[in-house]
Amino acid sequence: MTGVPHDILGVLRAIGRFVLGGLASIGRLVMFAWVAISRALLPPYYPARLAEQIIVIGYFSLPVVGMTALFTGSALAQQIFIGGSRFNASSTVPAVTVIGIVRELGPVLGGLMVAGRVSSAMAAELGTMRVTEQIDALTTLRTDPFRYLIAPRVVAAVVVMPLLVLVSNIIGVLGGYLLATYRLNFNGANYIRTTVSFLKTDDVVSSMVKAAVFGFIIALMGCYHGFHSNGGAEGVGKATTNAVVSAFILILMSNLIITVIVFGGR
Amino acid sequence: MTVNKIEVSGVHKRFGSKIVLAGTDLAVAAGTSMVVIGGSGTGKSVLIKSILGLLKVDSGSIKVDGVEVTGLNGRALADHRAKFGMLFQGGALFDSLPVWRNVSFALPRGRGAASLRAAAIDNLAQVGLGADIADLRPSELSGGMQKRVALARAIAVRPEIIFFDEPTTGLDPIMADVINDLIVDLVRDLKITALTITHDMASARKIADRIAMLYAGRIIWNGPVGDVDASGNDYVDQFVNGRAEGPIKMQIKTA
Repeated sequence: MTGVPHDILGVLRAIGRFVLGGLASIGRLVMFAWVAISRALLPPYYPARLAEQIIVIGYFSLPVVGMTALFTGSALAQQIFIGGSRFNASSTVPAVTVIGIVRELGPVLGGLMVAGRVSSAMAAELGTMRVTEQIDALTTLRTDPFRYLIAPRVVAAVVVMPLLVLVSNIIGVLGGYLLATYRLNFNGANYIRTTVSFLKTDDVVSSMVKAAVFGFIIALMGCYHGFHSNGGAEGVGKATTNAVVSAFILILMSNLIITVIVFGGR
Repeated sequence: MTVNKIEVSGVHKRFGSKIVLAGTDLAVAAGTSMVVIGGSGTGKSVLIKSILGLLKVDSGSIKVDGVEVTGLNGRALADHRAKFGMLFQGGALFDSLPVWRNVSFALPRGRGAASLRAAAIDNLAQVGLGADIADLRPSELSGGMQKRVALARAIAVRPEIIFFDEPTTGLDPIMADVINDLIVDLVRDLKITALTITHDMASARKIADRIAMLYAGRIIWNGPVGDVDASGNDYVDQFVNGRAEGPIKMQIKTA
């Protein structure tokens, strides 16, 4: 009999510990984000580091983001055509493709691809710098690691992601166009006209806002997990995994939130 | 009366349930070389990181030049840290930058690359390295050369105080002695106050004016380097002579 309350207490204790641990992690992350943003705004700035990160995050992500968009856009057009044929609505292909790409798939898949490339690389690089004491060394060399390492990465990601997603959207629509005109016998000029007439400013703006938010998440997760890694090679590996997984989850979660806020009322 | 450059008193620091510093007291006179010896995991690194302000202590006082530094923040903390140079155990060179960028890293940026490079080469010469390695990456250097580049980087800003974290660990005995000689010369020529942590007794004897031993979070002995063999302290005796038997019990079984 006396065992039962003990079991319940044990369960409650475990739940409590989990909740407290979760809240503490959120608190640490919010503090980290706050310090990163506030330091990014104040000098000294490191323009050379920023330029380097813009190239690493933006330029080198172009091929993978472009290919993702091209293949996804084509597949989407094909599926809309099949689905639409069932109730004589196969002419909706251009309209639904452009909305699907610009509102959701462009930013989300672009964000996920860049997160896979960039969050992991940031976590591994900063994690290695942490365990080899290079971050401590920065501090003793009169350099703030937040301004030197983290601010350029966060700023570069937030600036570059909307541009990447813009390119990704165009290539995604192009993928749909190519498939529709070459395989499904759509008229090219009509396809483009319908695409343009269905695209609204809201769609593009929400796409860019999503991209900037995802950029922030990508850099923040990479930097946060790398900066706080410990325990040698194993710790760096764990930081890299955590950075990518948490970036993925946060991107999908924030995407839903933005979608509901922007389009949920209609 | 000598002036104390660094004064640590009653410092406590714990990580979770693990007590690392338990009332540590240590004073380092200006222009002298203090070596703190002690086994692995006795809190030597925590001690110097606390003085640098890289770690926040739980309680106690740390004064540098008579100024309390434990509560410093922002600009004041940056000014405090500007007095220090530090040689990290693994060198901690930035592997994304060439050697000369590493050495000139903390120098004011406004002077242009050519002048920074020249300053880096001057500092490399101080540690016996030639201009030919200035454009190499740290990963292309041997362990001993990396240590020397790291030393050049630490002295480039002419710090008032310099910390050496295990300066000879991982080096062969001859390279270790080269590093020891360099440390002695630099401390004397640049009139720097030095605080070294090490468990290498040969190194400690060579570079120390005074030796202090850290054990269980406290300084249990502190005296001139010449007295270390006649300390009258069993713990110090055991450590200095490197004996497995004695009052210090190594944890060789996992509890």
